[in-house]
This record gives sequence, structure tokens and C-alpha cells, in this order.
Amino acid sequence: MSTAHTEAKAEILARIRGALHDAPAPAPAARTYRRTSGRAGAEVIEMLEDRLVDYKAGVHRETPESLPGRIAELLGASARYVVPAGIDTAWLPEETAARRAIADPNDARTPSALGVRELNAVDAVVTSSTVSCAETGTIFLTGRPDEGRRAISLVPDHHICIVPLETVVELIPEALARIEPTAPVTMISGPSATSDIELERVEGVHGPRRLDVILLG
Amino acid sequence: MSRTALGMPAVRPVHGHGRLHTAVPFPEAAEAELGNTQMRANIRHATHTIRGKRARVVEELPDWEELRSAGSAIKEQVMAHLPELLEQFEANVTARGGTVHWARDAEEANRIITGLVQATGSTDVIKIKSMATQEIALDDHLEAHGITATETDLAELIVQLGHDRPSHILVPAIHKNRHEIRDIFLEQMPETDESLTAEPRDLAEAARKHLREKFLSTSVAISGANFGVAETGTLTVVESEGNGRMCLTLPETLITVMGIEKIVPTFEDLEVFLQLLPRSSTGERMNPYTSMWTGVTPGDGPQDVHVVLLDNGRSAVLSDPKGRSALHCIRCSACLNVCPVYEQAGGHAYGSTYPGPIGAILSPQLTGITSEQNASLPYASSLCGACYDVCPVKINIPEILVHLRDEDVRTQHGERSDDGAAAAPARTRRTPKAPSQMDLLMKGASFVMSSGRRMALAEKGLPLGRVVAGKDRAISWLPGVVGGWTDERDIPAPPRESFRNWWAGHAGETDQRLAADGAAGPADVPHDRPGDAQPVDAPHDRPEEDR
Repeated sequence: MSTAHTEAKAEILARIRGALHDAPAPAPAARTYRRTSGRAGAEVIEMLEDRLVDYKAGVHRETPESLPGRIAELLGASARYVVPAGIDTAWLPEETAARRAIADPNDARTPSALGVRELNAVDAVVTSSTVSCAETGTIFLTGRPDEGRRAISLVPDHHICIVPLETVVELIPEALARIEPTAPVTMISGPSATSDIELERVEGVHGPRRLDVILLG
Repeated sequence: MSRTALGMPAVRPVHGHGRLHTAVPFPEAAEAELGNTQMRANIRHATHTIRGKRARVVEELPDWEELRSAGSAIKEQVMAHLPELLEQFEANVTARGGTVHWARDAEEANRIITGLVQATGSTDVIKIKSMATQEIALDDHLEAHGITATETDLAELIVQLGHDRPSHILVPAIHKNRHEIRDIFLEQMPETDESLTAEPRDLAEAARKHLREKFLSTSVAISGANFGVAETGTLTVVESEGNGRMCLTLPETLITVMGIEKIVPTFEDLEVFLQLLPRSSTGERMNPYTSMWTGVTPGDGPQDVHVVLLDNGRSAVLSDPKGRSALHCIRCSACLNVCPVYEQAGGHAYGSTYPGPIGAILSPQLTGITSEQNASLPYASSLCGACYDVCPVKINIPEILVHLRDEDVRTQHGERSDDGAAAAPARTRRTPKAPSQMDLLMKGASFVMSSGRRMALAEKGLPLGRVVAGKDRAISWLPGVVGGWTDERDIPAPPRESFRNWWAGHAGETDQRLAADGAAGPADVPHDRPGDAQPVDAPHDRPEEDR
């Protein structure tokens, strides 16, 4: 580390220690807020669905059998879409001449990884997810093999996200407890939106403007 | 720790620089802004919309107060253990392949960041909305060094394209309505034409088109951070549009500027703040996107990751035990949206990067209350307390405002200075002077109000006030120093009678009414002052319908 770094750090820390001249010793935080759900599973799923619809996401309930058909319908007859290399291929619809999945290796350094311009040219992306919080309608992606690196779920304009029912929890504390803190985390609550003009929410800016969530169980 | 230093910081507080000072004192700036009726209408509409949304989503959580208390307590812990937490944070970021820099002030932060950008060879950077980079005026510094910074948040883009200044923490373009925004886009975005409507949907689409190529081609991004987790080295950015994700994901180099107070001890602590922030801020259950990253993730996102830890006066704020909780602020802006003064004056009147109630306590502490211009900020409040009620981390803003007013008055009288040493007249804002007219007035008021008998005597003068007021029942001119008040407004005529006198004649009525209704009166409640019971027919001149 440079001298400037060491000097600045030492001075800032000295200033802070000096500022704490009264040696404050506050009581530890009492975590009396809700940390575990008291609701039945079905009620929690319904809550998630309600929140997602409120955010203007498409919500679909499917079984493993009906899933490929639903994805095919959402993609349309003609689509080039990207999937993370680790996705369960049984989820995906049959390939046709006009509808094709492109697998991304989840590592941008691999030669077969898609560049940003290629990602910008695909129609959609299909991923799984780690955990979802019903109370806030939030889906967590954490870069696992069936979720892919962050760019693939960001650049394409249509994100089809699969939420296995067993990954749904009610509360934020329950959701955070299920993710690896040092993973690259993306929390998604509906499609891209802005409230910057007269504080009115408008869906669809830079992230995927269309979000379809498939509750799989 | 040496007890001789008790109550005094051992190290002299060092204040911040950058966009923290008002160019003109608040009263003058506010007067100018008040003339802008369009802006006031825009702000009124926007703040009222967001107030309603916030209230609805806060109401929804049964444990909101518990979350607020936990948020407040965690922030107190952070302040008490800040040196250790910052070192822990640095160690964890470094262990995961990131680089941590320390900046004592705005100038040093700008120098570090410019150097990092220059090292990449790029002359373009994309930016995520960040209060810290606004505070240090980073864009100007980059421009002076031939680097173009493009703001990618819609509101920041509107401000940047309009050559304007931000006026709100969350929505910097709150002072502009859709029609004004359309005009800016038409003028500044070559790809737009007259077919662009003023519909927010169309405007958002125009911004998407305008920025898409920038996102795909720019190799350096600069962000702020909402939280930095000491335990893991994790950084967090909370946003809506996806411009944040673009900046945090696609470029090769990512430079994050974070105020030292943004640290939280553990990853678990985020469960509190990720509930408090979106509901208080945009009035949503959750913002559309939150990103977290820890150093470098090989093969995913930027591979050259930097964090600049910024002091710029924060340690000076920390040195005042009565004012330091201003550092608990998570920049939600709920206090702006409920503030009657902000609603009328708008964000520009506060001059500093931090407007509204939080700005009124944060800016003067960051720069020091001895800063002439910022000394007027603690007075920019009616002390109504609405800001405290909505603050997600329970910062007692009114209490700190009063404390800072006291500091300012004592500074003016040479009773304190900001170096923590004994007051030295040379360092005070104004030289000490003989007791002013106001001092004498206050002394007089204190003499009268501290005695019930003297107060009663003074109240006998009320009818005189009615005579002064005349037929319109308003006093529009008063002499001397108090005339400052009537320069701007009228004083309603005093009532015919003081409340004390009126009560003396009516205190006994409750018992009598209850007795008349046949209810068991509060007769068994001992009256400690027998004189309380007065006959109902005691003389009074209040009309019957008043009762």
C-alpha cells in the first residue's frame, strides 16, 4: 500500500477515535421484529403471487410436466434465448428451427460465453432462483449454476424466472439466511421501474422490461 | 482514556468540503425559491404522492416500530465501533480481490478516483446516482481532467442534461414535471423528436434508448453504496431502473465511493435496513433491484474493484455526542417528503447536497456550525416533528435542530468555537458584542414567564394588543428587533382574555355536568387545589356556542 493510503487511513482512524472521546457504549440491538413466519405454506405462496402481480410481473403456476409448455408459450414461436449452463434441461421446451436456447457457461472468461452485444441481441433469458421472499415479492439470484452470471439475466429484455415452491419464504430475514453473503446477489422485485417522474411508478427502463415468474411445484 | 479530556474531543474535528455549503443563507435562498410557483406545485404533488404510498406500506408491517428500534440500535453500535468495523471491512474486501482507498476529504477522494479512471485509459465513465459523489462534486473534477461522466439514473440524467442541480435525495428532479422533462429531452437527446410525449412511460423509454449504447460500451463505472458489511466486505446498491445493475455488472472497472458511516457490522443487519429503506424511500414493499457484491467474483462482473472510504467531515459530526446520530441516516428522504418547510422552499434553497430536515442537521455539522452560510440551516424548520415520526432509524431531527441553534447562538456570542478548545474570539463567526436588543428581550421574557404572578400581570395587557390590532384583528407592524417578524407576516390580535383567566372561571364545570348527567363524577379524585372548583356563573365573555 502507498504512503498516501497509510497516512490517510491512520488520520481518519485517529479522527474517529478522537471523536469517540465520550466512549459511547450503546446496548446491543434487540431483534424483536419478526424473524420466522407464522403462516401456512399455501398462504405464503399466495402472498408472493399477489405481490408479484402488484409489481406488474406475469405469474404462472406450473408443474414439472406443464413447465416446458408454459415457457414455450411465453417465448413465442420464434425466439433465441439464453440459459445458464447449469439449468435443468427438462424444464425447457423442445428446440425448433425458430426457437433455440443458447447455453452460457457462467464464466465470462470462457470462449463460449456470450458477449454483451450478443446478449443484447437475444430475445429472452430463462433462469432458476435461490430463494424468494413473499412479503416483499422479491426473488433472489445468487449466481449459482442454474441462475448464471449477472449479465445474462440483465441485458435481455424478457426474463422468465423459475421459482420452485420449496424456495419461497415469507420474510426478509428468512430469505437472507438462505443466501451466501459473498455471492454476487441480485434481488428482483418486479420488472425494471422508475418513480423519477412526478413520483409515479412506471415499469420498464434499463433492466428486463418483461418479467415472468413461474411458480413451480 | 485521559479523563482530563472529558467532554472535549482529543483530536480537533476536521470538517468537510465540497457541495455542502449554501451559496446564500437559507432565508434568502428560500425567498427566491418561493417565487417559483411551478416548482412549488411540482414538489407539492410529488411529496404528497409519496407520503401516501409510504404510509400505506408502513401500515402493512406489524413490527415497523421494532424494525425502527433495531435500525437505530445497530447504527449506534456502528458509531461506537467505527474504527474496528472499517478495518474489518477493508480486510474482507482486500481478501476477496478488491482494493480499499481512504479519503480524508472531497479533494482527496476526487484525486484518487480520477487517478483510478486515468489508469484504465478510459475517458468515459458511467455513474449510478450517488449522494457521496454529488457531495464531493466528482463530475466537475473528472470533467476538468478530460473525463466525461454520464449519469444513468433517470432523475440524475434529467438534472445533468438540464444543467440543473438536484433538489431531493431520492428524486433529484422532483422540481420538474413531465412537460419540463420532455422539453429537456427534446433539446438534449439527438435521437428524440416532436413525437415524444410527456407520458412518463415514453420518457423512460427515451432514456433507455439514449443510454443503452453507453452501458454496452463503457468500461468504467462509478457508484455509491447504501451499505457496506464489515463482517464480509459486501457492498450493496439499492435501485429501481436497472441502470445500477448495468453499471455494477458490465464494465471492467468499478469504483465505489462510500461514506464511512455506511458500514453495518453483520450481513444479518441488512435484514433490518432492507425492510426500512424501500418502504420509507419510494413507498414500495421493495425496490425493483438490489445488488450485492463482495470484492471480485471471477468470471462475473467487474474484475477491477475499488472502494473509496470517505470522511469529509463525518468524523467531525461523530465528535458531537448530541448531534452524531445524524450519521445514522440511510438517505431514504422520508423526512423531506413530510416537511412543511421543504414543501414550500424546495431542495435548492438548502444549497447543500443534503436538503430537507436531514440536510438541516447534517450539512452544518459536516462543515461546522461556524460556517457562516450553513449556520442558518438549523433554523429552516418549524420543529413540528413530522421528520422524526417518519425517520426509519429514529433520528431525533427536531432535538438536533434545537441543539444546533444553541451551538450557533453560542458561537455568535463567542462562547464556543469548533476546534473543541476554549473559545477563542478569533475563531468565532462573529465577534462577541454587547447584549443585543434580542438578548434583552429574551431576558425580559424569561423574567415574566418564570413567575405565575408576573405572567398573570402581563396578561392584563392583552386588551391593549387588541387595540393595536385594530379592526382587521391583525398586528402588522411592531417596533425594534421584533419588527423582523412583522416584516414578513401579521400577528393575529391577542384574545380578549388569557386561557389562565378563562380556566379559572370554568374549571369546576366538569363535575357539575357529570352530576347533572347522573354519572359518577370524578369526585373521588382528590382535588389538591380546592380553589379549582369555581361557580359556573363566574364572569366570562365567551359566547355559549364556544363551549
